[in-house]
Amino acid sequence: MSNLGEPVPRSDGKIKVNGSARFAADQSLPGQLHAVFVSSTIPAGRVANIDTGLALGLPGVVRVLVAGDLPPLHADFNETMVPPLATKSIPMQSDEILHEGQPIAIVLAETLEAAEAGARAVRATYAPAPYINPEAAAPDAVDPERGGYSYLDASEFLKGDPEAAMTSAAHVVQAEYAQPTRHANPMEPSAILASWSGDNLTVYDSVQHLPAVQANLAATFGLERAAVRVISPHTGGGFGVKGYVWPHELLAAMAARVMRRPVKLVLTRRDMYGMVGTQPRVTQEIRLGADSTGKLVSMTHVVSNVTGLTEDYIEFATVPSRSFYACDNISNLQLVRRGNMTLPTYMRSPAEGPGSWALGSAMDELARAVGMDPIDLRLASYAEVDPVSGDPWSSKKLREAYALGSERFGWRSRPAGGTLDGHWRIGCGMADCSQGVTRFGSTVRVLLKADGTARFESSLCDVGQGPATIFAQVVGEILGLSPDRVHAVTGDTNLPPAGPTYGSATTISTGTALHQAATAVRDRLARLCGWPVAEIAMRGGSIVRGTESRTIEAVLSEAGVSELSGDGALEIENYADAGLPGFPARSFGAIFVEVGVDPELGLLRLRRATGAYSVGRILNARTARSQMIGGIVWGWGQAAMEASHFEPSLGRWHAKDLANVVLPVNADIPPEIDIAFVDEFDPNAGPLGVRSVGTMAATGVAAAVANAVYDAIGIRVRELPITPDKLVQG
Amino acid sequence: MRNFSYAQATSRADAIALLQQPETMSIAGGTELLNWKRIGIVEPARVVDITGIPDMEGVEALPNGGVRIGALTKLNDVAQHALIRDAYPVFSQAILKAASAQIRNLATIGGNPLQRVRCAYFRAEEPTPCNKRVAGSGCSAVAGIHDKHAIFGWTEDCVAVHPADPPVALAALDAAYVIENAKGVRRVPVQDIHVMPSENPAWHNILGNGDLITAIEIGAAATTSAYLKIRERESFEYATVSAAVALDLDGDVIRRARIALGSVAMRPWRLNATEQQLVGQRIGSSEAVAAVDAGFVDARPLSSNAYKITIARNATLRAIELAARAA
Ligand SMILES: Cc1cc2nc3c(=O)[nH]c(=O)nc-3n(C[C@H](O)[C@H](O)[C@H](O)COP(=O)(O)OP(=O)(O)OC[C@H]3O[C@@H](n4cnc5c(N)ncnc54)[C@H](O)[C@@H]3O)c2cc1C
Ligand code: SF4
Repeated sequence: MSNLGEPVPRSDGKIKVNGSARFAADQSLPGQLHAVFVSSTIPAGRVANIDTGLALGLPGVVRVLVAGDLPPLHADFNETMVPPLATKSIPMQSDEILHEGQPIAIVLAETLEAAEAGARAVRATYAPAPYINPEAAAPDAVDPERGGYSYLDASEFLKGDPEAAMTSAAHVVQAEYAQPTRHANPMEPSAILASWSGDNLTVYDSVQHLPAVQANLAATFGLERAAVRVISPHTGGGFGVKGYVWPHELLAAMAARVMRRPVKLVLTRRDMYGMVGTQPRVTQEIRLGADSTGKLVSMTHVVSNVTGLTEDYIEFATVPSRSFYACDNISNLQLVRRGNMTLPTYMRSPAEGPGSWALGSAMDELARAVGMDPIDLRLASYAEVDPVSGDPWSSKKLREAYALGSERFGWRSRPAGGTLDGHWRIGCGMADCSQGVTRFGSTVRVLLKADGTARFESSLCDVGQGPATIFAQVVGEILGLSPDRVHAVTGDTNLPPAGPTYGSATTISTGTALHQAATAVRDRLARLCGWPVAEIAMRGGSIVRGTESRTIEAVLSEAGVSELSGDGALEIENYADAGLPGFPARSFGAIFVEVGVDPELGLLRLRRATGAYSVGRILNARTARSQMIGGIVWGWGQAAMEASHFEPSLGRWHAKDLANVVLPVNADIPPEIDIAFVDEFDPNAGPLGVRSVGTMAATGVAAAVANAVYDAIGIRVRELPITPDKLVQG
Repeated sequence: MRNFSYAQATSRADAIALLQQPETMSIAGGTELLNWKRIGIVEPARVVDITGIPDMEGVEALPNGGVRIGALTKLNDVAQHALIRDAYPVFSQAILKAASAQIRNLATIGGNPLQRVRCAYFRAEEPTPCNKRVAGSGCSAVAGIHDKHAIFGWTEDCVAVHPADPPVALAALDAAYVIENAKGVRRVPVQDIHVMPSENPAWHNILGNGDLITAIEIGAAATTSAYLKIRERESFEYATVSAAVALDLDGDVIRRARIALGSVAMRPWRLNATEQQLVGQRIGSSEAVAAVDAGFVDARPLSSNAYKITIARNATLRAIELAARAA
């Protein structure tokens, strides 16, 4: 029986729960120094003076590094790309301040406590300059010279003649939607332990992609890549903010270089607001035009997001309006609002996350204007092919997902909007969930041992979603072993380089390479037996041909080899693509929610949700379901409470903690979170038949919630989060 | 964090003596004090651990029908005590809606009213104008971000609210703190321990060096009572607004109502006008609604928190309904 699809528990589950998993910050090296940043308290200007005298007098404080103390960036650094380097603006290379929270000094001490005390004792004075509040800045065109983010998708798109089509539309809805900046706040903050041995650098780092860290650290110091080793056995959540390489990683390595001692740096929760990225505030103007039958005839979508002054980070929220629905006339435009802030980044869920919030709301407004059920409205403009290229999708079973989700939720027999349950008014809403597939070049090695166990090796990092678990299932499936006989060796750049663990790209990318590697091992084993590959099967630790069967142990020991190895690689031109050429790939689904609103008290609560998805083949029912539940919870936070407010007169995040920035807790999440997958194998997405799972789960949720709120009390909320002040009625 | 010396007090007198030294603070559960030290809100040179003092923990019935609660009793132990659960549901509910189970197992009921404001300017690690951090430095919130701030009793010098839940219930129950110092013992009505910004915007409470809260005393049972806490998430979050109501009913006619609101001012806010007008009114009547409205005549919104007035008014009505249902 196949073990693919089985709900195998996560192999790292036990050590994560009992606390024995060792994260980057849990590593220690003899002679290490603890680093704590002193960061700018003003948003713009220059550092005038840094007085370190008091700090250096404290017991345990060894050194306070300021700008001139750090090595300059090597010429190779000019060749690095943004992204995967998050920003080229590296603090402490000059006295310039580009945002509040930017590091201006590094206190190094024998203990963390001493370093913290030292950081508090450093006295900095500034020459402030007028600062630009990004949220108040006028939207500007994207500048392709400012970093490489603009190359990741289209800033402008035009198809047909949307203006003309709009004038002839029977129904037009037009609205502006906004969502605030949100910080990811993974449970484990970013942390790095850097240590030099001659010209070789080793770092333990909390990241989502090891080779990017290796390449950028090498360029920073002008080293060969092989001289830099990155180790990241576990990462305690990332949600995107550990995806790219952030300046603190370079600064820690620089400090270790200067001090000739290992340096350990663990960002504080407050540092996480100033030194790594965030999902930016996004405002969106949408116009939808439909004919009298509800079919979309025109869509215009203009998006602007806040960004820093050095690079244009672009939150591609226009993606949904050119990929969710069939429409002949579409225009998209991305703009940016630049100001003194830390550069934003791709955070769960990028592009389609913000985009689906606005488009999913606008579609609901259109459905009400036309007088159609929102599912029927969507079916009227069902995109059979990719609206951008006109190519057929790799596979799309969204119709089936609508039917499955609507059946399980009871959508067609839902209570009328506003139905009372005590003081609660009940409302239901739905929206599309979708995320484009990304594939990254990846390599893997699989080893089959004489004792009948197997191992796979890859620099892959498991951020907790479960790739190490499902990859053991894949190897087990191909080599006929139970998954617990397959061991993962991951999280080290000394292993074959893997693509990143973000964008839900791991399973399709590294999984494809893994499939190849395991298949190569199997074929080698067949050859050792002298059996044609086409005639064998692997089962229960044995190789089987017709009625003949030999154990792996027996074959290897007779051949006198201790192990068989196979390499696999997913090779992709220009490193990343959006699926097999000619087959645009995208995961699809729909989310249905029921909320309760108490308008007298301004309360909004989730009562139940159903998500139904077309994502390709499910390799592990448990980890896939967990990803979707996590995404819905994440989406509930986006919908109902999360916001990082930019304090306009101070030019910084108003609250840099988890006390004044509210996230959902268990009590907010009802047990009735129902997850269903359409039975699907995507033959055009790779040998495993998978597309992408986790990232898309957080798309659509905010729109479904806003639509449900409208259903319940007739108030259309177009600015997230949907807090009591927007709901309360006399 | 500044280094400090640590001593364990062995008796109330010992604690009171130790606390009179300069730059000295007591520590009970430590759930607030440690946060303040990490942020840099306080930097005491000496910390006196009062948790070892005998006779300051536990709940006991008083001869006159009320109860006395030792200041060192943990929040969860208070809320789950039969004397509290059965006789003062409003108080038990207010405690159980505070913080998280873990914090309630550590935090003491005596330390709870001494927690400080949650205003994000006050809790910032960066230097920020805030009269409660640095007296005379100004108030960033009054013209800044203040959507969760006060609707009663604020001044331009501070618009923060006191965030604690249990004292709101205690205020509705006319409870008192028993405070001991070198000069003797005094009893202070629960809401009077807090300092309003008109009195002194830099202060939180009236406790001075060497003042020890030893107990809380509550009068006769109030079984017809309820606590309603409004917040955007269901648990582990401070109130946007809360309402504590204790009723004395004759059928559905109100003989006496005691109502306190939380997170609307720098102290639990008794709705005196409402309480007076409710006497003799029926639960759910239009007169009762008018009586509640009377309590909000002197409510004053800031530029972005008028919604709190509406919620507070509706929460009051709802809490009256909940309390009446408990009868
Ligand atoms: C994350 C979080 C969430 C919270 N949520 C809520 C909430 O929703 N509602 C709520 O009401 N509270 C909440 N709290 C506050 C919590 O209830 C208080 O921190 C706690 O009750 C304080 O008690 P403690 O014993 O830990 O005080 P400590 O931290 O030990 O002391 C606090 C202050 O009181 C002084 N002190 C303590 N005991 C005495 C005494 N007997 N006499 C004189 N002075 C004394 C100390 O010197 C110190 O100044 C929350 C706290 C946290 C950390
Ligand atoms: S409201 Fe009070 S606590 Fe907040 S900034 Fe103003 S003075 Fe400080």
